[in-house]
Amino acid sequence: MRYSGFKVIREALHGHRGWGPAWRDAAPASDYDYVIIGGGGHGLATAYYLAKEFGESRIAVLEKGWIGGGNVGRNTTIIRSNYERDGNEPFYEFSLKLWEGLEQELNYNAMVSQRGILNLIHSDAQRDAFVRRGNAMRLHGADAELMSTEQILAKYPFLNVDNARFPIKGGLAQHRGGTVRHDAVAWGYARAADARGVDIIQNCEVTGFRMENGRCTGVETTRGTIGAKKVAACVAGSSSRLMEKAGMRLPIESHVLQAFVSEGLKPVLPGVITFGAGHFYCSQSDKGGLVFGGDIDGYNSYAQRGNLPVVEDVCEGGMAIFPMLGRARLLRMWGGVVDMSMDGSPIIDRTHIDGLYFNGGWCYGGFKATPASGFAYAHLLATDRPHEIATAYRFDRFQKGLMIDEKGMGNQPNLH
Amino acid sequence: MLIDHPILGPRDASEFVYKGDANLIHRPDWQAEDAAAQFFEYGYLRDNPAGPHRELWFHEQGDRSWLVVTRDTRTHEITKVELARDVARREGRSK
Ligand SMILES: Cc1cc2nc3c(=O)[nH]c(=O)nc-3n(C[C@H](O)[C@H](O)[C@H](O)COP(=O)(O)OP(=O)(O)OC[C@H]3O[C@@H](n4cnc5c(N)ncnc54)[C@H](O)[C@@H]3O)c2cc1C
Repeated sequence: MRYSGFKVIREALHGHRGWGPAWRDAAPASDYDYVIIGGGGHGLATAYYLAKEFGESRIAVLEKGWIGGGNVGRNTTIIRSNYERDGNEPFYEFSLKLWEGLEQELNYNAMVSQRGILNLIHSDAQRDAFVRRGNAMRLHGADAELMSTEQILAKYPFLNVDNARFPIKGGLAQHRGGTVRHDAVAWGYARAADARGVDIIQNCEVTGFRMENGRCTGVETTRGTIGAKKVAACVAGSSSRLMEKAGMRLPIESHVLQAFVSEGLKPVLPGVITFGAGHFYCSQSDKGGLVFGGDIDGYNSYAQRGNLPVVEDVCEGGMAIFPMLGRARLLRMWGGVVDMSMDGSPIIDRTHIDGLYFNGGWCYGGFKATPASGFAYAHLLATDRPHEIATAYRFDRFQKGLMIDEKGMGNQPNLH
Repeated sequence: MLIDHPILGPRDASEFVYKGDANLIHRPDWQAEDAAAQFFEYGYLRDNPAGPHRELWFHEQGDRSWLVVTRDTRTHEITKVELARDVARREGRSK
């Protein structure tokens, strides 16, 4: 079924009885060409691009719970391509371009909103760093603009530019950045993949790998053994738990990241803003809630809930630039388990086991990567060669000293 | 989270800095034949278990001691707290 404005009007006149399910509730077949583990944004996007770009049809996505129940449904929905490292920027810019065409591509309203993202500057040194970053972005064809305090106040008149400790001295804007309705990304990719014959199998947890003569030939699941020519892991925060079943140790720690949403307010915040002197980022959802977050809690966790010190830290960051926030009541807060890698950058690579592939290490920033990650992973799975935008995301970069460390923090995951 | 410091008693976890898996106590021998491979594993690979985890916490805002805390990563429940020095000595480190 194609969605359209005409269809909406037609259904409104017929009591909305004509909407079918958006995807089939598939039962597992005995074997596939490709089995993708994890029905988050990345797994579903991978299945879609495999089916569409590489003409592959016997594909299954196995999800232990329901699709979209992981980080894709828990994040603060910010998209941007404002990275500095050569290994990262072309990848994220490719992703931003895919976001720009996503709704037409999927025939699904994912509410892609390029309302702009603004990183605030609070010191001269930070201005230098942001100028350098903006130039790196522009060299890779992305947009970046250095903003003066006056320009910023025209769009965000409520900002506390004269804060005694952290005055606002300007900002680096990426006008093409913004937000996307996160759940709709999972649903849109699921629906489009399903239409191309992909089996989306929910309540199906992978509990082990089937190995034959050193090759991975399928997976053990709570719904039986499923054979596959290629097995593609894509489980974000659960990466170490899953790959341990194949005897692998990863350059990853799982940490909890919290997010917050206020009660619904009238439109006050037209774009996405980030505090440069602490860690705080905020946007306003179309329902009116201020959606914000900050640092990870900082210790290994699979609990999907965080602790109060980070709540305090995040709210202090918000109050420093945005004092009117203090009047709003917090409606909900939650946590997600993020796969923090040793250099803060992801991995999309083959493993040392034939037939077994890995996608993970997305840290707290993999939502914006969803389209490009799916595209590049599909390319790797179909051709056994990395896509040109993802050649740096290799396992062996830690051994070879080719880290992609945007913040220059070293192998301490809670500092990235 | 409260960490029951062996010397100071229960302290707020926010006084501490988290330094990762307690196996980092066992720095490889730099003169070993396969030192490069060992240092790669030591520096970059982690067990990252869902369940009990032995980990290093540094009391930066306190007495600056290093602790080995055993904590369940699924519930955040802390079951054991020791001075890292005692653990290191017990496990064969000379200093
Ligand atoms: C609070 C929070 C805020 C964030 N904010 C942003 C942001 O603003 N911008 C941004 O770019 N990124 C953000 N992120 C990061 C982003 O959400 C993640 O990097 C990204 O969603 C991870 O990829 P995914 O969607 O495939 O993961 P997930 O949605 O977590 O998908 C993984 C799936 O694998 C399933 N699974 C796990 N184990 C198994 C198994 N054994 N068998 C079968 N299935 C299994 C899980 O149930 C899950 O559904 C945020 C994350 C959090 C937690």
